[in-house]
Amino acid sequence: MDHIPIIKVGEFLLVSIQVDMHDRLAMRLQDDLTTQLIKTRAQGVLIDISSLDIVDSFIGRMIGNIASMMSILGAETVVVGMRPAVAITIVELGLSLSNVRTALNVDKGIGLLRVLVNSIGNEGSRHDNYQK
Amino acid sequence: MTTNKQGTIEKIFVHQKEIIDEWLHEQFAALSARQDLISELDLRRQSTEFLALFTPACSTDNLTDITQSEWKPVLDFLGSVSRSRAIQGFSPSETATFVFSLKQPLFARLRQEVGADAVLLANELWNTTVLIDKLGLYTTEVYQKSREEIIKHQQAEMLELSTPVVKLWEGILAVPLIGTLDSVRTQVVMENLLQSIVDTGSSFAIVDITGVPTVDTMVAQHLLKTVSAAKLMGANCIISGIRPQIAESMVHLGLEFSDVVTKATLADALVYALRQMGFVINKPA
Amino acid sequence: MTIIKSEVLPLFTDDDLVKVRQAVRAWMIEQEFSLVTQTKMVTASSELGRNMVVYGGGGCARLECLNDFDRRGIRVIFEDQGPGIADISQALTDGFTTGDGLGLGLGLGGAKRLVNDFEIWSEPGHGTRVTITMWK
Repeated sequence: MDHIPIIKVGEFLLVSIQVDMHDRLAMRLQDDLTTQLIKTRAQGVLIDISSLDIVDSFIGRMIGNIASMMSILGAETVVVGMRPAVAITIVELGLSLSNVRTALNVDKGIGLLRVLVNSIGNEGSRHDNYQK
Repeated sequence: MTTNKQGTIEKIFVHQKEIIDEWLHEQFAALSARQDLISELDLRRQSTEFLALFTPACSTDNLTDITQSEWKPVLDFLGSVSRSRAIQGFSPSETATFVFSLKQPLFARLRQEVGADAVLLANELWNTTVLIDKLGLYTTEVYQKSREEIIKHQQAEMLELSTPVVKLWEGILAVPLIGTLDSVRTQVVMENLLQSIVDTGSSFAIVDITGVPTVDTMVAQHLLKTVSAAKLMGANCIISGIRPQIAESMVHLGLEFSDVVTKATLADALVYALRQMGFVINKPA
Repeated sequence: MTIIKSEVLPLFTDDDLVKVRQAVRAWMIEQEFSLVTQTKMVTASSELGRNMVVYGGGGCARLECLNDFDRRGIRVIFEDQGPGIADISQALTDGFTTGDGLGLGLGLGGAKRLVNDFEIWSEPGHGTRVTITMWK
């Protein structure tokens, strides 16, 4: 596989990483995402990593970079589906990923994206209105 | 074996049937109190099967090194007998008796066979004793290992039992920790909790340490790591029930809890989680 | 301590790195390591392997299955003939990186935290050898 497919769902872009990523593929994903974001004028990006069985510092940095780039381009990024073993390993490794928003699964991720995008829309009322 | 006048020990296995009968007799004498654990039929089956493997191994030239390939079937079978007895609850000596009680019938046959030649008889007896002793020690080794496995297994089961993850509300989990936390147990708790978060799709997890007498640096770090890992997965982890002494020692250890939501009691933590989820708690007028 | 089996894999490209990760995972599963332990070992291997591809000019990864009395272990040895590391203790510090900052500078130090045993040997101009072991 040469590219990781990017799907547009409503106002968001959805990326589901399904393969054991080699480094070139990861680099290409960053480029593809920025191109797609500008082309589709999407408001947010959801990255599903539930199929990834490891996240090392390289992939971690890539995810962090995507979040930063999207934020510069005015979009929100949410990473969903990180496996427990992967999360424990990342913490032990010392990666913080502090600029990355996370959610448990795609459903909750979309919900969080909506909240984030709306709270940017209504400037000035940016409270944690985390409604159920 | 250097002194093996080809076939002496081999010859005695012609009397297969007598050997088995005598051997069983010896075993019964030793295991008389254990008829509840193993039936005569099973014992006869095991003994016959063992001799069927033991005989061809004896007819090779090698009666000294049981690690060689010709002894592998014998060792495998002995291993399985030993393991099953360890699980059934036989004592180590009862288990080793299986092999050791074979000495008597073998010696009797040897005496019949070469009794006239005192030097040869002494040699054969010595060789047989050494061989049987080795097999007996192997039996004990496997027995020991099996017992250790049983203990390990039970420890693992206890760990599971001692760390229940309970659901307090749709989307809120809690782990009430009770007793001393060592590094291993903390790790198991944390892994269970994180897996439960995924399985139930819960956004909040409360780790309650009211029942934990002391928290050392290692344990505190595990707690902090769990909070971070939960956050990476997209859930919020709250630590509740930190008693004053523990709070004090944490400060002394220089542990940074600033990124972590901590509450005095499990009840406070639950209310916090509910509010975060948008619930309003009212008492009807 | 005895080596039950071993295998040497080339490590020059990021495709090789994927293969090394898969091999380490397969060996860990075979020895019935827990999921978290597997993940830590594969991640550490990925960090060290990438270091070697990017900074060491490539080399090889040697996988070994160990038996030490009653415990089993998996050992992976990464060896290259690259430029070597002048100051190892500095290289083990978080945040240290010489290249274009491909990782987050967590490679060596991070990998060390993930495994049970960590050994490093390096001579400037001759190469680097890093050995990691996970025990069961």
